[in-house]
Order: sequence, then C-alpha cells, then structure tokens
Amino acid sequence: MIWINNISKRFGKLQVLDDVTLTCNKGECIALIGPNGCGKTTLIKTILGMVVADKGDILFNAKSIAKDVAYRNQIGYMPQIGRYPDNMTIGKVIDMIKDIRHSDTPLDEDLYNAFELHKLADKKMSTLSGGTTQKVSATLAFLFNPDVLILDEPTAGLDPLASEILKEKIISEKNKGKLILITSHLLSELEDLVTQIIFMQDGRVKFHESQHTLKEQTGEATIAKAVTHLLKAGTYE
Amino acid sequence: MNRIIKFVFFDIIRNKIILGYTLLLGILSWGVFGIEDNITKGLLTILNVILLTVPLVSIIFSTIYIYNSSEFIELLISQPVKRKRIWLSLFNGLSISLILAFLAGAGIPILLYAPLRIGIMITFSGCLITAVFTAIAFLSSVSTRDKARGIGVSILLWLYFALLFDGLVLFILFQLADYPIEQAMIGVSMLSPVDLARILILLQMDVSAMLGYTGAVFKEFFGSGIGVVLASVFLVLWIAIPFSLSLRKFSRKDL
Repeated sequence: MIWINNISKRFGKLQVLDDVTLTCNKGECIALIGPNGCGKTTLIKTILGMVVADKGDILFNAKSIAKDVAYRNQIGYMPQIGRYPDNMTIGKVIDMIKDIRHSDTPLDEDLYNAFELHKLADKKMSTLSGGTTQKVSATLAFLFNPDVLILDEPTAGLDPLASEILKEKIISEKNKGKLILITSHLLSELEDLVTQIIFMQDGRVKFHESQHTLKEQTGEATIAKAVTHLLKAGTYE
Repeated sequence: MNRIIKFVFFDIIRNKIILGYTLLLGILSWGVFGIEDNITKGLLTILNVILLTVPLVSIIFSTIYIYNSSEFIELLISQPVKRKRIWLSLFNGLSISLILAFLAGAGIPILLYAPLRIGIMITFSGCLITAVFTAIAFLSSVSTRDKARGIGVSILLWLYFALLFDGLVLFILFQLADYPIEQAMIGVSMLSPVDLARILILLQMDVSAMLGYTGAVFKEFFGSGIGVVLASVFLVLWIAIPFSLSLRKFSRKDL
C-alpha cells in the first residue's frame, strides 16, 4: 500500500532521514518507535507531503505521491501536536474539513459522539486544553473512513478514559483491515494493538519485524523487553 | 467561489483592522473633497496619501495574516488539497478583501467627485497596487520562518518602495545629469510599483509639474496612450513575478 524508497531528508546540518526504505501493507498495524529526534515524525510528514524529501520517492498504491494529492483522501492523520486556527470553533474546523474533503463515503462519527464534542462545538480552538485538541485531531483523523490511519503519539495528553476510547477505536479499525501506523513511546500500550514494529534511530530504520517474530527471536514476553533485549545485544547496530 | 477563498475572505472582512482601514480611507477621501474646492488639488492630496497608506497596509497586514495562518495552512496541507491551491486561495482571499476595503473607503468618493476617466484610473491603480504589495508580502513571509524578521523585511521593502526609491532616483539623476539618461530612467521607473502607479494616474491628469522626472520622460517617450498600457503591464508583472516566486518557494517548503 505504501512503498517508501530510499528517502533522505536533511534539515541544515542534521540528517533527519537517512536512506529509509519501508513497505507498509494493507491490514497491518505498525508501531513506529525510536528515541526522540530519530525522525519518526519527519517520516510521517514526508508520507503526508508536509515535508518534501531531498532524495527518494514514496508510492501510495503504486502511484508517486509527488504528482497527485488525491491519495490524501485515503489517509486520516492525527498530528502529535494539532495546530488549528485560533479563532475557529471546533464545529467550524470540522465543517471546513468536511467541506474540503467533500467525500461521498458516509462519515464515521463514533469518536465525535464518544468524546461528546457536540457539547463543545462552539468553543474556540485557542481556548481548548491540549487533551481536547487531541480529541479534535483524533475525530478528524477517523471521520472520513480512510483506508490508512497515521497516528502520531495518539494517546499523549489524553485522559485514561479518552485514551481507552481511542484504543478501542483503533482496534476496531484494524479489524476492518485498514493500514494503521502509530508512533508512541508507551510500548506497553502498543502490546495489544500492533502486528509490526519498526525501530528507528538517527534517521535510519534499525529493524522492521512482526511482533510475533520479534518475541520469538528474543524469547521475551513483551514488546518493551524484546526491544531492549535487541538493543542491548546490539544485533542491529 | 472556492471554499478556501471564501473562508479566508470572511475571516478577513470581520477583522477590525480592515474595518479601520476602510474608515480611514473613507474619512480621508470624503474629508479632502469636502474641504478642497479645487478637485485637481484634492485628487493630488488623495493620490499622495493613497500611494503611502495602501502599500503600507497591504504589505504589513498580509505579512502578519500569512504568519498567523500557519496553523490553517498546516491543517490544509495534510488534507487532499494542492499546495498551489492553498497559496492561490490565500492570495486571492487577501487581495480581494483588501481591494474591497480600498474601493469602499476611497473608491466611492473618488469616483463620485473626480472626472470619470481620472477617477477610474486612480481606483484601478489603487487596486493594482494593493495586489502588488500583497504579492510582495507573500514573498517576504515565505522566505523566512521567523515572524519578526518577515515583518521587518516587509517594512523595509515598503520603506524602500514608498520613500527611498524616489530619493535614489533623484540622486542618480543629479550625479549623471550631464549624460543622456532619459531612456535609462524609464527602465528605472519600472523598478518601483509605486512610481508606476503614480505615472499611470498622472498621465491622465493635466499636471505635468507633478509628474516627476520619470513620469515626464515616460509621457514624452510613449505619449499617454501607450504609456498607460505599458505602466499597467508592468504593474501586473509586479504582481505575477513576486507571487510566482513565492509559490515556488512555498511548494518546496517543509511544514
């Protein structure tokens, strides 16, 4: 579904992405993990066309993303820190995005209802707390029933209740056979979600394994332990 | 009208600064025509004020507006919208609302009081100048991420076009007075949109004394007819070139 071929990106002196090659297929739920500043968010932004890569190309359903923006109709993106126009209300932001996407598929308003955003629809974005902003971001990501969901630190800043609602939603979408890409630092949280794990460091992909193989190879019971095991063993250095 | 333009447009016309700008131009124009018996004198006063304030407001307001729209731009870019469309819509939304403010404030009294031909020419060049400085604002704000620096660059550009350029022309003129530089000076006048707008308007009025050096050369060289066409074409280029440069930068920008 998404083929990333030899992507490199440099911000000034910093090589943020260094020859990254990845393949993400339909039905997979992929965890993108790695230390701060290893290029996870940049990689995601490159897939979305927000960052323009210096080298390499990305194919979405065998079509290069550089030429056509229509592929973004099939992507729901939840940013790490959602930034919205200050003077717009929640209702307006959602209406505007609906207006822009004008998709024919029926809307998925599960999260809108579960987070009870209709009660806050008249609130301006500038007055919202970080958590509520995240709820808006999550709602927008899922609203159009996209085939691909890209979630950057989805549960950071959400209260336990909202975080649980979101997790359940992710699982139900995963069961529908969608491609889901999640970055997170809370490895324990990913345990029952993901099928694949991509570990990045210094702009390079260190490994890309299925959760099953990873645990089998290391003989550990949890993702967190398996990843630490691999890093300590230095197998992938 | 496309959705993004519509959004930008309605966002701006609710802005109090734009309302203030319209009122200021209105008070000024109605006031000058009310006090001054001689329409030509009144027009010249208004012309000079317009050539100072319209560029200033257009460039500063647009620059700040683009910086403040960074969240809006970011939100749209992750959606299936072409970057070119976002940038064009922002430009259209901004220039259309600024032009409407200019027409409502200064355009109406000018068209009512001034002789038709001159009135139309002043409003026409006012609209062009608004778009020119909006385009320049797009270029300066896309060039740097730092808001303070971007606004600084815009202020300096305004200062240069509105005030310093004339001084520079005079300086060159005095230095090279002994040489035949008339044709060269026409080229020089193309380098300033404010100068072009002034020439465009003064070519319509019978006030050679106010034409200034470049204007006089312009008139002598091209006559009124071709002069108007040529000055208009160059003003349009002053919109198209900065904007397309900014578009090129924007389509490669990382957000």
